[in-house]
Amino acid sequence: MNEPAILFDRVSKSYHLYHPMTGGIKSFLFHLPEAVKILKNSRYEVLKEVTFQVGKGESLGIIGRNGAGKSTLLGLIAGIIKPTQGKIAVQGRISSLLELGGGFHPELTGRENIVMNGVLLGLTKNEVFQKMDEIIEFSDLGDFIDQPIKIYSSGMLARLGFSVVANLDPEILLIDEILAVGDMEFQKKCLKKMMDFKKSGATMVFVSHSMENIKLLCDRVIWIDRHTIKIVGSPEEVIPHYV
Amino acid sequence: MNSKIQYYIDLIAVLTQKEMKVRYKSTFFGYLWSVAYPLAFALVFFIAFKVIMRIQIENYALFLIAGLFPWQWFVNSVNTSPTVFLGNVSIIKKIDFPRNSLLIATVLQDAIHFILSIPVIVLFLFLHDQSPSISWLYGIPILMGIQFLLIYSLSLMISSINLFFRDLERLTLLLTTFLFYFTPIIYPESMIPDGYKILFSITPLSPLMVSWRHLFLEGTLNPIFLIVSFGYSVLFFIIGSLIYRKLSWKFAEVL
Repeated sequence: MNEPAILFDRVSKSYHLYHPMTGGIKSFLFHLPEAVKILKNSRYEVLKEVTFQVGKGESLGIIGRNGAGKSTLLGLIAGIIKPTQGKIAVQGRISSLLELGGGFHPELTGRENIVMNGVLLGLTKNEVFQKMDEIIEFSDLGDFIDQPIKIYSSGMLARLGFSVVANLDPEILLIDEILAVGDMEFQKKCLKKMMDFKKSGATMVFVSHSMENIKLLCDRVIWIDRHTIKIVGSPEEVIPHYV
Repeated sequence: MNSKIQYYIDLIAVLTQKEMKVRYKSTFFGYLWSVAYPLAFALVFFIAFKVIMRIQIENYALFLIAGLFPWQWFVNSVNTSPTVFLGNVSIIKKIDFPRNSLLIATVLQDAIHFILSIPVIVLFLFLHDQSPSISWLYGIPILMGIQFLLIYSLSLMISSINLFFRDLERLTLLLTTFLFYFTPIIYPESMIPDGYKILFSITPLSPLMVSWRHLFLEGTLNPIFLIVSFGYSVLFFIIGSLIYRKLSWKFAEVL
């Protein structure tokens, strides 16, 4: 493995179980001592002392049950949330697809959403325009591209979302289980695109419940269980234990 | 470094365009609404104060409009600020980008609507046999700059804190209503009784709103008012930035 693109050093992340402050200023001030105490103690640990690294050009699969902390892990890599403890170092431009249609505005057309999403993900407008045809072609949305996306089906949204993220030449690609939505044909297209990525030397982190896809795409797999890493290894080693 | 600035400009441009497109989507009158609102208020105040209470101010309609249009920019931006982050949950939770760009886009969008409403002021000036002054050329950019900084800074505070104390949304509506009547917008500062002059000097918006009216009606700028209102803007900018810096990394978690 060469120099790491993603490095997690004993990273922990905990959330407050609930916020007494959402009760408003009044109840917060009236019950200040209790409120502060609750605030300090009611923490829920999502990830505990997680250490791993992903080399440049490597593709890492993350598996685990619902609520195990997979999405939190992706959020941490993407820099959207900060760890409670530990250190994270990420090198390279990240493109993340964490949610279907996340970051799209329903009133804007597909084309307008591509521009907005591309710029939010870190490109300049010109760079997005240069890739526009490629993105539209890949999405296979045809004339729908100039319609507001509120009329899109969930499959169409997934296609648009993946097309934007996959065609922006990211150095690090984060994908959170989205392939389940598109139809067979589009799923194949996505898989092929992700294989191309791998070949081109991009780093990939891929959360999935499809062991087949994990086997196909990933060099290494992390199984997250009970908020920490249970096993790390090649897909052949880890998946039999998991299943 | 250059590409970073370029990126930031693009980001704000894209978000502002989005706001503009979304704001009046599926409305028939579209942008006319941003002019219709202050005009309607002007009409109401004209009837209440000029027709019924017979306030002694010449050209009261013009007087009202010169104050209400800049106020409308202020109140629109500030009153929407609590919901700016709440309304963009899907982007904030999924993408790491400078969150304050959303606020800049909102304020900018209202600023553009304000610029579009200036011709209405010119129209009213002509109706009263007056004309725009040459000093508008530098006066408008200066006052807009000060007001932009003020609104952005207040929005930064309000929108950040509102994610943790949702009551702030209601409180903001209430406070802006107070502010409206405590600021010389529908009455001139000269009408404030001596004992209450202090009220004028402590409301942060007064020097700015009075400056707008002086600029629009007489073409003059009072340097002291300019300095005071700029001082307020800088003060709020510092407070707003500190609050934002302290809270912004938590946004994705509380949304």
